[in-house]
Amino acid sequence: MTLKTAMLAAALALATTAGALAQSGTLKIVSSLPRTGSANAQTGSIVNGIKMAIAEVGGKIDGYEIVYEDWDDASPQRGNWDPTVEAQNANRAVTDPTIVGYIGTFNSGAAKIAMPELNKAGLVMISPANTYSGLTKPGMGEANEPAIYRPSGSINYFRVVPTDDLQGAVAAEHVASSGAKKVFILHDRELYGKGIADVFQKRAKELGITVAGFEGIDTKASNYKSLCQKVKFSKADAVFFGGTTQSNGGQVAKDLRSVGFTGILVVPDGCCEEAFIQAAGAANLEGNTFVTFGGLPPSELTGRGAEFREGYRKMFGFDPEAYAVYGYESARVLLDAIKRAPTKDRAAILKAVSSTKDFDGALGIWSFDVNGDTTNRVMSINAVKDGKFVFVHRAGDAPTGGAKPE
Amino acid sequence: MEWVDFFLQQLITGLSNGMIIALIAIGYTMVYGIIELINFAHGDLFMLGAFLALTMLGMFGLGDWSGASAWAAVVIMLIASAGFCGALNWGIDRLAYKPLRDASKLSLLVSAIGASFILVNLGLFWGGLPMDVFAGGVAAAAPKDFPALVPNSNLLGESSLVQFTPKDVLVWAVTVPLMIGLTWIVTRTRLGKAMRATAQNPVAARLMGIDTDRVIGATFLIGGALGGFASVIYSLYNNTISFQMGYRAGMDAFTAAVLGGIGSMPGAVAGALVIGLVRSMSDAYFETRWTNTIVFGILVLILIFRPSGLLGSRAKEKV
Repeated sequence: MTLKTAMLAAALALATTAGALAQSGTLKIVSSLPRTGSANAQTGSIVNGIKMAIAEVGGKIDGYEIVYEDWDDASPQRGNWDPTVEAQNANRAVTDPTIVGYIGTFNSGAAKIAMPELNKAGLVMISPANTYSGLTKPGMGEANEPAIYRPSGSINYFRVVPTDDLQGAVAAEHVASSGAKKVFILHDRELYGKGIADVFQKRAKELGITVAGFEGIDTKASNYKSLCQKVKFSKADAVFFGGTTQSNGGQVAKDLRSVGFTGILVVPDGCCEEAFIQAAGAANLEGNTFVTFGGLPPSELTGRGAEFREGYRKMFGFDPEAYAVYGYESARVLLDAIKRAPTKDRAAILKAVSSTKDFDGALGIWSFDVNGDTTNRVMSINAVKDGKFVFVHRAGDAPTGGAKPE
Repeated sequence: MEWVDFFLQQLITGLSNGMIIALIAIGYTMVYGIIELINFAHGDLFMLGAFLALTMLGMFGLGDWSGASAWAAVVIMLIASAGFCGALNWGIDRLAYKPLRDASKLSLLVSAIGASFILVNLGLFWGGLPMDVFAGGVAAAAPKDFPALVPNSNLLGESSLVQFTPKDVLVWAVTVPLMIGLTWIVTRTRLGKAMRATAQNPVAARLMGIDTDRVIGATFLIGGALGGFASVIYSLYNNTISFQMGYRAGMDAFTAAVLGGIGSMPGAVAGALVIGLVRSMSDAYFETRWTNTIVFGILVLILIFRPSGLLGSRAKEKV
């Protein structure tokens, strides 16, 4: 009897102390990004950005230890993100109660799988890279989007990158301002690639550019010579490819040049990585290929962004890739919300993230809007020179090449 | 007459692509002809040949290749990759298939699939080696750029809309003599005779004093070597290699072998040329996304009306 009473007393005492000391324990943040395959160079730098943000708060918030885990959503078989693995990651996150934030995904198609699962669990998800508009914006994607990703009815998905409806339009505007009159549109038949190609086509038509063709490619083909010859014979003076390095963007660029196409090629941010230049061969891109990117390249960041760039270089010893800053920003906005949340549970943190307003980030001062999108609309056009991406001009927020003010 | 130019262009592209497929297809069809095994590892063997070629280029240095030194490099790569793939294929037969000679065909097939997995992962590992040609190996699975040793200049003059380049010449100049040589080996030499005998009836061949294991080994060696030649030509023609390229190349080649009549060498070549041309025409005149549908649609149609393939023997299935 006495023993039992003593134990009870001890347990009671422990419970009260725990309550009195407010909180302590572990809060876990995970990221789900393709870490196997050619996207790894980008995702590696996103992960570095996340680590850097956590290191900046000393790995602790209000007495809670912040633990970070870097999960892979790719499989070696696909060399790319894998729906099965992404689903496993989402389930794993939902069932681990210490996880309070899910940073991911890299690919919009992967987000489609994780979003409804995490939504049901009320776990906040912040993407550093998904740009497909339909994930958040009503009327921009399929009819049932984005409601289908929000079975609970509330929003748990946020992103710090500007979306494709802005990016595709900026790409079309760039083609128009380059003086091209006829464009051939290719895409990889994936959610992201086809989505951005659709936006591009719509905007190109508005700008009076003739669309010579709109075709989905076979992303596993050994070459695209016949297709590229068709492009050449169509007398198009520009090509837009909606796709990524992983969906064979490099080979498309290479074969366009090998058949003697002389116009410009414009590709979206899915190709904004070193691996794209390596796959295509730098000489094939030199001076004639343009990459749109949601945001500014690291070299153009100012203020807090410049501090980020310097800090990153100091911490890791090399320059950040284009997406690093988004990894950093995702983690920072999440950590900021954890700090502001009165209790450190999923619901309170989710609420704190959604109320993020005038966040002073590396990308400027921005907020999350009602859809969970960033209010940051800065875009950039980049070219390839001497095997490196070089910044050409800023677009999106300020009208360029006939952009309509919004 | 722009449409004539366009059509001619597709013929050139289609035939060049077809020729490359043909070299791989022969490897499938030879092995099937002799031990009735669909060697699923063959496409991945071909992939490793391309990795060897790129590694060699990396070791020679990636400077400016032009003129004679480029052609010398091409010849060295062709010989090295052919030797490597031939030896590897022979080794795979010894390790993975020979112990199963008397087992059921299904065990053999599963063994081939296993060998294919091993080779793919070897390629993935290889692409991660810290070499300049693999971009330091940071992204093992990323497609690798293969330097354009063979120029892409237009032999018909730069003003011509139709492009016929040294790349196309290379493909033809390597493939056609190889096929003639192979035909000569199979029809005119003692080894060829032994191969045909083993294919027809291994037991009888053994009774006649033919060392069938040696003959089968030679078949793997020759088939693998052709895959090696194909890997270098493919790399020089497409200028990109990746650890996954064996899958699609193998799929096309296997389809070609079945289309032409599996077991028949002229059939494999004919099937490959048909596939190359159909792919090219479909990409050009329809839409790329229908190309696979059309290729396999044709395969289905041919197999319905000619189950033994275009040039397959109509002989009864030997038991």
